[in-house]
Amino acid sequence: MQEFLQQLVNGVAWGSIYSLIALGYTMVYGVLRLINFAHGDVYMVGAYAGLFSALWLRAGTEPSLGKALLVLLFAMAVCALLGVVIERAAYRPVRRHPRLTSLITAIGVSLLLENLGIVVFGARPRAFPEIVRSQRLELGSIVIGSHQFLVLGVALILMLLLQLIVHRTRIGKAMRAVSFNADAARLMGIPTDSVIAFTFALGSALAAAAGVLVGLYLPRVDPLMGLIPGLKAFVAAVLGGIGNIPGAMVGGLVMGIAETMVVAYLAPTYRDAIAFALLILILLFRPTGLLGKREVEKV
Amino acid sequence: MSAGIRFLRLLAIFGGILGLGTLLPRAVNPYLMQIITLSGINIILAVSLNLINGFTGQFSIGHAGFMAVGAYLSAAFTFYLGRDGVAALAAAGVPEGVAVSGFLLAGLILGGLAAALSGLLVGLPTLRLRGDYLAIATLGFGEIIRVILLNIDAVGGARGFADIPPWSNLTWVLVWSAVTIGVAWNLVHSTHGRAFISVREDEIAAEALGIDTTRYKVVAFVLGAFFAGVAGGLFGHYLAYLHTNSFTFIKSIEVVIMVVLGGMGSITGSVLAAIVLTALPEVLRPVREYRMVIYSLLLIVLMITRPQGLFGTRELGLGRLGRRLRDLSVAR
Amino acid sequence: MRFLIQPTVGGAGWCAGVALLFVAVAGCGGGGNAEEVLIGGYMGLTGDVATFGEATQNGIVMAIDEINAAGGIGGKKLRVRIEDDQGRSEEAATVVRKLISQDGVIAVLGDIPSSNSLAAAPICQAAGVPMITPSSTNPKVTQTGDYIFRVCFIDDFQGTVMAKFAYEHKNIRKAAILRDVRSDYSVGLADYFISTFTKLGGTIVADQSYSRGDTEFRPQLTSLKGAKPEAIFVPGYYNDVGLIVRQARELGIEEPLLGGDGWDSPELFALGQESLRNTYFSNHYSTEDQSPAVQRFLQAYKARFNAVPDALAALGYDAAQFLAAGLRRLHEEDAAAFTKLAGAARAGDQGRAQARAKLRDLLAGIRGLEGVTGSISVDENRNAVKPAVVLAVKSSGYEYVTTIEP
Repeated sequence: MQEFLQQLVNGVAWGSIYSLIALGYTMVYGVLRLINFAHGDVYMVGAYAGLFSALWLRAGTEPSLGKALLVLLFAMAVCALLGVVIERAAYRPVRRHPRLTSLITAIGVSLLLENLGIVVFGARPRAFPEIVRSQRLELGSIVIGSHQFLVLGVALILMLLLQLIVHRTRIGKAMRAVSFNADAARLMGIPTDSVIAFTFALGSALAAAAGVLVGLYLPRVDPLMGLIPGLKAFVAAVLGGIGNIPGAMVGGLVMGIAETMVVAYLAPTYRDAIAFALLILILLFRPTGLLGKREVEKV
Repeated sequence: MSAGIRFLRLLAIFGGILGLGTLLPRAVNPYLMQIITLSGINIILAVSLNLINGFTGQFSIGHAGFMAVGAYLSAAFTFYLGRDGVAALAAAGVPEGVAVSGFLLAGLILGGLAAALSGLLVGLPTLRLRGDYLAIATLGFGEIIRVILLNIDAVGGARGFADIPPWSNLTWVLVWSAVTIGVAWNLVHSTHGRAFISVREDEIAAEALGIDTTRYKVVAFVLGAFFAGVAGGLFGHYLAYLHTNSFTFIKSIEVVIMVVLGGMGSITGSVLAAIVLTALPEVLRPVREYRMVIYSLLLIVLMITRPQGLFGTRELGLGRLGRRLRDLSVAR
Repeated sequence: MRFLIQPTVGGAGWCAGVALLFVAVAGCGGGGNAEEVLIGGYMGLTGDVATFGEATQNGIVMAIDEINAAGGIGGKKLRVRIEDDQGRSEEAATVVRKLISQDGVIAVLGDIPSSNSLAAAPICQAAGVPMITPSSTNPKVTQTGDYIFRVCFIDDFQGTVMAKFAYEHKNIRKAAILRDVRSDYSVGLADYFISTFTKLGGTIVADQSYSRGDTEFRPQLTSLKGAKPEAIFVPGYYNDVGLIVRQARELGIEEPLLGGDGWDSPELFALGQESLRNTYFSNHYSTEDQSPAVQRFLQAYKARFNAVPDALAALGYDAAQFLAAGLRRLHEEDAAAFTKLAGAARAGDQGRAQARAKLRDLLAGIRGLEGVTGSISVDENRNAVKPAVVLAVKSSGYEYVTTIEP
């Protein structure tokens, strides 16, 4: 039983990382109906931005809460900018083209980021500095690393902040309007281009946070680290209902727990397959996701 | 087109293939041979994917999964039964070359059929899905197939399948390329082809006009998967080594890029793009660091400036002569 | 008949481009200096275990330069061309084929992970090109054929080393395994450890696995912890081991962690940091060895590369020296055959293939070659029989613990 609880903790911590990345996917899909394949690689860039700022601030050798926070904010800022740039340069020109074209463009951006990462950062995996010292908390025989708490905590705070922005601010209202019906929103005077850019910035910032947290949690980064987690996070977003923000959070947690349980109790080599198996199941039986609304296709 | 002309044309193609297959290995070094052979395999992949993506408009990015099924099944067949089978046949007086070819052919067909079956299994559930969802679902299926194969120890499991009988060569690849192109071409230029295209253009209208869109979508998947499986079998028997690392969704995306570059809906486009994109990485090997960066930039620029690819939906024809031939074949 | 090419200029342009490409690729490669003997090398210079390839390359290059500086062999210089296979087995097969057919090398050095060597060995065997792996330890590699050699010990032995160390030196009776199912090396080593450990009287309380490249091991570690082992054997590669050790300590696993030569990399410290306390692994040599061969190698390597050489570098050096020893003997016994190995390959040149066959025979007969990693004698399976050292990992280096003889 103790072991099961420990595994649950493992799953929830891991799942919250998926949630953070999934949020970006779901928000962008909501406003643009685009699967931003490059999102996983934005997460990677966030991890590296965190890595370099941590090295520069010497946050690994002389850690402090302030420095850790700075590292996180820096990474989020860098990726927010990156997200806006990608949207402007690669996605906006193809916005009026068929969806397929946008999808392939997204794949192209993803490949570009990965390979630029290899060229610039080197393909070698690197150790992420320990910007927060790890402590062990023991509750009975369950040992929770402080990192697991941290990951959960930061993810929750960010998600709460996101909910606040989306539901309590004007820009959030604009985002919701654009995701409901972009043309009507524009007719109502909402600057859709700016709103879309903001959405990208927000989603990318969250991915960056996930990257920094993962750097701390694992602690390893490499240029291809965004590939598989990106896909799984997308599945998580679909699981929860694509376009649905609480859905992404739930989907991420479900994904994390499912994966952990499969690895712990079934076979570790099926870890990647579980994500896609879940995807197929959800697409077959409840395509709008766990929390999604039914969409009618108009002819 | 009269039977006479058709027969002559087939003879010419067959002769050309045999000629190339026997002369090229002597004239050209093995490394270049590898590139040419792999181009041929990629041609089969690209054309078969074009059937699904280009002509039927079903965006599938799980093609590597079908390739993997065909590769592993045919390799397992020849690995476990082939060598002994050939020896047994040799003892019975059958010349080795014939026995080897027979077993390889059987293996390839079996692999293709298995891949076709998996195409059916993928095509059926995804019928209701559109666009993005379909793409991700096919991606998911491709990955699931790969992970399942990764866990089967009898075919090497996580460490790879070594020592596969190296029986395939350029001739085999060329023959199957020709078959694939031939089947695709004839299918597309028939009434069935029009049905596929109608599914791509407007599925709801097609359904309203009485076309069984379900059937055509499934057929596209099954056919495309069959040839992908054959390509996989040729691949495995050429490298004599298989690892699931060769069949990740990155491989699927590479095939998609070939189809997109060539033009979704152009068979000749797929053929040319397959050749170019197989040779390009090798040529860029000296600058291999930047090769993938250049590649991906090219893709983005292509999508922004010329999303229909090289040939769009047109074929590289022979001008008036080509058009006349096509008209003749349709009027059959 | 007029043949018109209908579509765009772009289409025609592409066709021309394709033709040019083929001409360009066809023109590449081949060529060779008649005063040089060309040796090939294939290893992962990039990829997840890149330090293996880099260190091995350093060792090889240093050896070749030393030999050339002393006048080469038989008046000819040695040249080595090393291709990067990114640490992937499919790439290994491809680059080896290129080295043999396109570049015309007379022998091949590589690879380090056994999976890659297994992919490439059949190609070398079929082509009659001797292949010497510096550090692939899985027995299956040399079983491929008689042209395949290795200068390191094999995992039957290495598995027993750590089993004996755990049982006899550390008095461990209950052990758990965490193996990498993606590599032949890890799976083989784990199996040999298990068989020796149980034969000595110990029990394996848990056996978990992961895939090379995984990053999150907490599920498996939590499960292992539940079985309450006295030690965990992790026969993987350093890039995963670093994370495993970190995460294990975080979860409260303080028991000793044991491993094999796949741990050996300067990157291990960067990844593992203080979590590396109480860990041990088996390796091919120790820098604390005072023998002249080792000390000389240490000085030369440090002077040239400004780093302490790990076992991979030492084995790379020894592999190159091993090949050179074979070449020297060939020149002594059959100078005509030796000259056949120099310069470029000509199509249908039987003499070259025969010279390679002679080289193979001489390599198989090498006994008592003094290497950095010990005395190299190849047995009837073309494996080197050598002792192993056990090293403890400290904060900035390794500490020699003991030697285990075969």
